[in-house]
Amino acid sequence: MEKEQKFELRLYVAGQTPKSIIALENITKYCKQYLDEQYSLEVIDLLENPQLAEGDQIFAIPTLVRKVPEPIRKIIGDLSNEERVLVGLDIRTLPIKK
Amino acid sequence: MKSNKNVFPKTRTGIDGLDEITGGGFPTGRPTLICGSAGCGKTLLGIQFLVKGIMEDNEPGVFMSFEESAKDLSQNVKSLGFDLDKLIAQKKLRIDHVRIERSEIEETGEYDLEGLFIRLNHAIDSIGAKRVVLDTIESLFGGLTDTGLLRAELRRLFLWLKDKGVTAIITGERGEKLLTRQGLEEYVSDCVILLDFRVIDQIATRRLRIVKYRGSTHGSNEYPFLIDEDGISVLPITSLKLEHSVSTDIVSTGLPGLDKLLKGKGVFRGSSTLITGSAGTAKTILASYFALSSCKRQERVLYFSFEESPAQLIRNMKSLDINLEQYVKSKLLLIHSSRPSLQGLEMHLLLLHKLIKQFKPRTVIVDPISSLVTVGSSSEVRAMLVRLMDMLKGNGISALFTSLNNGSRNEIIDLTEDAISSLADTWIELRNTEQGAGRLRSLIVVKSRGMGHSNEVNNFSISDKGIEMRNANKADKKVNKNSHSSIKQ
Repeated sequence: MEKEQKFELRLYVAGQTPKSIIALENITKYCKQYLDEQYSLEVIDLLENPQLAEGDQIFAIPTLVRKVPEPIRKIIGDLSNEERVLVGLDIRTLPIKK
Repeated sequence: MKSNKNVFPKTRTGIDGLDEITGGGFPTGRPTLICGSAGCGKTLLGIQFLVKGIMEDNEPGVFMSFEESAKDLSQNVKSLGFDLDKLIAQKKLRIDHVRIERSEIEETGEYDLEGLFIRLNHAIDSIGAKRVVLDTIESLFGGLTDTGLLRAELRRLFLWLKDKGVTAIITGERGEKLLTRQGLEEYVSDCVILLDFRVIDQIATRRLRIVKYRGSTHGSNEYPFLIDEDGISVLPITSLKLEHSVSTDIVSTGLPGLDKLLKGKGVFRGSSTLITGSAGTAKTILASYFALSSCKRQERVLYFSFEESPAQLIRNMKSLDINLEQYVKSKLLLIHSSRPSLQGLEMHLLLLHKLIKQFKPRTVIVDPISSLVTVGSSSEVRAMLVRLMDMLKGNGISALFTSLNNGSRNEIIDLTEDAISSLADTWIELRNTEQGAGRLRSLIVVKSRGMGHSNEVNNFSISDKGIEMRNANKADKKVNKNSHSSIKQ
């Protein structure tokens, strides 16, 4: 982890459900707080693009997928537990190194 | 799709025999639960349901796999002649592999399985699927921790499938107390089928049972089923209805001397003949004559030999001037040899069924049927024989069974003899009795339904020219005198 890696995140939702809205709020908050500008966040609405669900093996909604850095990690749920999201995405260590 | 009067519509399963047991198939537009332990054929049943649906009823299907990848699945069933890749390319089939990797998933906060619904919905709509298989949905419980939520979502999924109007199969792993580990039978309550794989005395038999089928009559027995190169076939145990059409046509037994004892002609076409006798009383030779006579009439013969290999049988018969080889070559005679202990009784019966269906013989010989007793209990053997006879008679096939008895005419009635003799139309008994320095071979026609027959004990000898009836002429005269008194039925 010498070089800072850009985080590529995808949030899968199905329409504007309360759970999805909370999840989006949460992840946006964490990203700003811990990842500076070193991230990209894409929101995919499966109601509009159902064919995308298969590619990332999505079955639960909402699901946050960390595409980069590898390996792929998935966090399902509304992301309300900050601690677990950070552990899950493995981003706790980064700000400390900085 | 078939619909009977006053019965809700059913979808053909595409599995040999299963439609008969379920009275037409699975309930159309509803989910059916198939449960069973590992390796009992759940996935295969699902695939066959879809593939046959596409091929025979032109109903596209979606296979959602929670265990095997599309590639593995397609490879696994290739040997059964199912080309999944081709069907996928034709947009008739869709396989969606839902991979749940516990290690890469973190759960935090509330979620639902809407993603799964969307995927399934997309797959169904993209090809206009009418059939869906979910195999094995309980894998979700291994990947996710919130079982309460999963249960609620599964309930929603099954309701959703009904709304969607697809005929679905949901497979589930057999649980310890419940039919499935997670008690899916609570949610899928229209039709539940249990598959079982049992080993008794080192012989494995697969069985299928319909646990419930709401709103429909169904067979309630356990039915044996077979997985072979054509996929799954179930053997329906039809009740002996005794309403076969009968023939007045008489076929020769192949031995003029014996024909003379049977009204001078032989046995009725489509009837069953039993030959009993102790070891070395020429049962197989008589059976071979019967086969030969059918071949000479250009009628196909299927010969099941449980003791001798085809080559051995041909060689042994050749020494008695019974030439079977030419008919094997001209494909009029098919000799199928197998060890009785190779498989369970049911499997033997299924194999007989399949071969008869394929080869379409006019004559079937089972030599000896008593060998099968070694692989089954008495009630099983009896049930099997009844079914076999039923099937043969239903198809108008002349049958000949040989049975080895212990030779002693005491109070112990031989098992197969007991089971079969009441079903057989003609019963010929062979005996060896010691007389002076040698043994005397004799033949008795114990019964022959619907025709007069000799009551004599007829002696015969075996030479390199075959069987020669000694007092056939003498018997012939007596037959004419006595025949009226011995007509049965």
